[in-house]
Amino acid sequence: MTDRYRSFVNSAIGRQIAPRLGLPQPPVLQRHRVGDPVVDGPVLVGAAPGGRLAGAIARTLAAVGAETWTTEAGDLRQTAADAGLAPKIYADGAAGDQRFKALVLDATGIADVDALGELHAFFHPVARRLQGCGRIIVLGTTPELLDGSARIAQRALEGFTRSTGKEIKRGVTSQLVYVAPDAEDRIASTLRFLLSPRSAFVSGQVVRIMPSDRDPELNWSEPLKGKVALVTGASRGIGEAIAQTLARDGAHVVGLDIAPLADELAAVTGRIGGSAITLDVTDDDAGAVLAERLKADHGGVDVVVHNAGITRDKTLGNMKREVWDQVLAVNLRAPEAITRALLDAGTINRDGRIVGVASIAGIAGNFGQTNYATSKAGVIGLVDALAADVAARDITINAVAPGFIETQMTAKVPLGIREAGRRLSSLGQGGLPVDVAETIAWYASPASAGVNGNVVRVCGQSLLGA
Amino acid sequence: MPATVRRVAIVGGNRIPFARSNGAYATASNSDMLAAALDGLIDRFGLEGKVIGEVAAGAVLKHSRDFNMTREVVLGSRLDNASAAVDLQQACGTGLQAINYVANKIALGQIDSGIGGGVDTTSDAPLAIGDKLRKKLVAVNAQRTTADKVKALAKIRPGDIRLDIPANREPRTGLSMGDHQAITAKEWGITREAQDELTAASHRNLAAAYDRGFFDDLITPFRGLERDGNLRPDSTVEKLAKLKPVFGGPDGTMTAGNSTPLSDGASVVLLASEEWAEANDLPVLAYLTDVQTAAVGYVDGEEGLLMAPAYAVPRLLDRHGLTLQDFDYYEIHEAFAAQVLSTLKAWEDPTFCKVKLGRDAPLGSIDRDKLNVNGSSLAAAHPFAATGGRIIATLAKLLDERGGGRGLVSICAAGGQGVTAIVER
Ligand SMILES: NC(=O)c1ccc[n+]([C@@H]2O[C@H](COP(=O)([O-])OP(=O)(O)OC[C@H]3O[C@@H](n4cnc5c(N)ncnc54)[C@H](O)[C@@H]3O)[C@@H](O)[C@H]2O)c1
Repeated sequence: MTDRYRSFVNSAIGRQIAPRLGLPQPPVLQRHRVGDPVVDGPVLVGAAPGGRLAGAIARTLAAVGAETWTTEAGDLRQTAADAGLAPKIYADGAAGDQRFKALVLDATGIADVDALGELHAFFHPVARRLQGCGRIIVLGTTPELLDGSARIAQRALEGFTRSTGKEIKRGVTSQLVYVAPDAEDRIASTLRFLLSPRSAFVSGQVVRIMPSDRDPELNWSEPLKGKVALVTGASRGIGEAIAQTLARDGAHVVGLDIAPLADELAAVTGRIGGSAITLDVTDDDAGAVLAERLKADHGGVDVVVHNAGITRDKTLGNMKREVWDQVLAVNLRAPEAITRALLDAGTINRDGRIVGVASIAGIAGNFGQTNYATSKAGVIGLVDALAADVAARDITINAVAPGFIETQMTAKVPLGIREAGRRLSSLGQGGLPVDVAETIAWYASPASAGVNGNVVRVCGQSLLGA
Repeated sequence: MPATVRRVAIVGGNRIPFARSNGAYATASNSDMLAAALDGLIDRFGLEGKVIGEVAAGAVLKHSRDFNMTREVVLGSRLDNASAAVDLQQACGTGLQAINYVANKIALGQIDSGIGGGVDTTSDAPLAIGDKLRKKLVAVNAQRTTADKVKALAKIRPGDIRLDIPANREPRTGLSMGDHQAITAKEWGITREAQDELTAASHRNLAAAYDRGFFDDLITPFRGLERDGNLRPDSTVEKLAKLKPVFGGPDGTMTAGNSTPLSDGASVVLLASEEWAEANDLPVLAYLTDVQTAAVGYVDGEEGLLMAPAYAVPRLLDRHGLTLQDFDYYEIHEAFAAQVLSTLKAWEDPTFCKVKLGRDAPLGSIDRDKLNVNGSSLAAAHPFAATGGRIIATLAKLLDERGGGRGLVSICAAGGQGVTAIVER
């Protein structure tokens, strides 16, 4: 479970030897600790002319107390002033040894190919000024909602952010956020997540934000206070981390696992003051049982995380039908059936959040995982199929697609494949369960009302399927 | 209490040329230089044997024995001995604050005439001995018998012998003023080119002012120097561009050219009530309308060390119902070119003006042709306490020549302070 190679290359000798042998040097990723600021270094904000998000970006940076810098482009300074910010000014040739923790560009003004030059204009001078574990965030307009040249140009942004993610090492991540028209005021939770070390293992991703008129008052340090969260497969691994993280954010967590793991489950839920349900999610009446229990014990549920999952790897020729069925049942049929049952019974409260756990195998496919990849691609289908329906009830549905995460599941993977899984990614290492959990906590936040129908990979920008 | 406040007339000023550190005035003391500046003023305005209400002056770097420096200089001068004197100190704001002190007394009717100014030497600087040695020497001094004194002396170890050289450093941050300004310059995006242009203009303007004789009745030569030793009339942006950065690291923008050098010099200004000036047959060049001091917190980086004038000026403007554009001359002390440029940029910036100053609109930009028209500290150099007197005398004469108008003065000071003033004619 420990990444010995990463420990080695970050040791005193390793730091000397690794580069000489041409070995990759995965950095130690900065991760969030309770009480840490959202972003602990200077944030440089730029805007392509004609953009519409600078104000919203500035308001978020003001709210998190970030040390903000702007270029002098357009009316950025006025926009910052309106947000109550007094940022420092970045000018080429005047910045000396200045370094930034994050570079944020409002690219919504980019409406044709020529305007894509704004990407170069903003990022080129500061590309070498990013601190380790820094952040690149480009905000654009959802291309599918645009026509003609603007659509082309906005779609092009993705190639840029994916490339910077691969190019700039040292734990730097790079993301693209597509913000629908009229969703300007919905970006705060996403911007906070992507700026912060909570998104340590998320890179090269595209997030889509839609308008929503749900705008709850929020205590950012305990956003889930008063909420009830169901987490399946909560007794260990990623599920345990999800339970802990949602509890940290204030939720009452109802952990679920199969009966043989009841003790482990009770230990987890006991630690976080949650409650436990032992149940096999593949039981025919699992949805009905949960609807009833959640209604009776908690008056409903606010966050449902379908984390329980299994692998039964065999090449297709060797795979028995029952092995196929097992995997499909746990990983896909159960999440679909339980979600429908809870929705039909009205168990999921208004502002509810449904989160599926897919996998990069479901995006890229994987050797020996026809069953698993099918089930996980199906989880993405579940998100696609339900997003519009649940939105009508002020509920969101999204999925995470973890890459290589250090758990008992991946500890069983043969060494060679395990090493490849770790290193064949921009961040050059496996993620931690908490990385998946933090991403789910972002989806779960009441402030993420505009985040619906997304599948975000938590994979360190793995080369697989990317 | 007086029923009204009186207008404070600026009769004129005098200074000695400013010299670079360890140059022409290497062996001159603060007292020598202040005496020379005062002597020239006495000559120019026929003050010999006259009683002046109060003479206020100070020095930033001062020997402890000079605790009554100004009074001692007055006693050694040709002024009547009944002229009172006081020493004041507010870092680089000393000169202007001394002038303000005198002006306020005149305005309130406490005195009718006064002289304000300042002096500084970085050559004859007050070296102190290290604290260990000092304490042991104090102990020696406390002994009564020679034998005990010798015993106490024997306690001094070679390692105790250390000099405390006065450093241009902020005690609370350990950073020099230039280091601080380099941070501010970076945070305001002030480029090297802009700084070098301002520097070249300062030299050009000061040289031109000398050439047309502007300083003939503002300066008395001293120790062989007739013009400021730092002045480079042939300075150009191209030449300045060749200098290496001295603050802000190897990629910094601040050089020895666009920062003021350490220097020596003195200046004084004669102020009076209108009646006193008339009774003594003296001219009135201009009036010191108002002075505003401001201070900012800078220790944790909350504001730039030298940004206090940016806060002081809007208070002055509001008090007089003026806008930043209502001036014919701007005298902004060039501690560093970047200090001037950061200040101007702050006044133009909507975020600074709204968030830091609480104003709906920026103060706006100034007509650069009205800025430091006869040069400023980058060319003349900056003997700390002497700069206020140089600026007030220069501005008063400019307004007199123009036959009327209004000038703004801004001087930044260590410790996050700034002194600003309005001068009118
Ligand atoms: N670890 C990775 O690298 C990785 C990568 C991609 C996706 N994932 C997914 O993340 C999720 C968690 O993975 P993990 O690594 O923590 O695995 P894990 O095996 O450590 O934990 C899975 C949990 O789900 C529970 N579970 C299994 N079947 C169940 C059932 N029928 N009913 C109730 N609970 C059941 C298990 O008892 C276990 O506690 C899975 O959905 C997995 O597919 C993991």
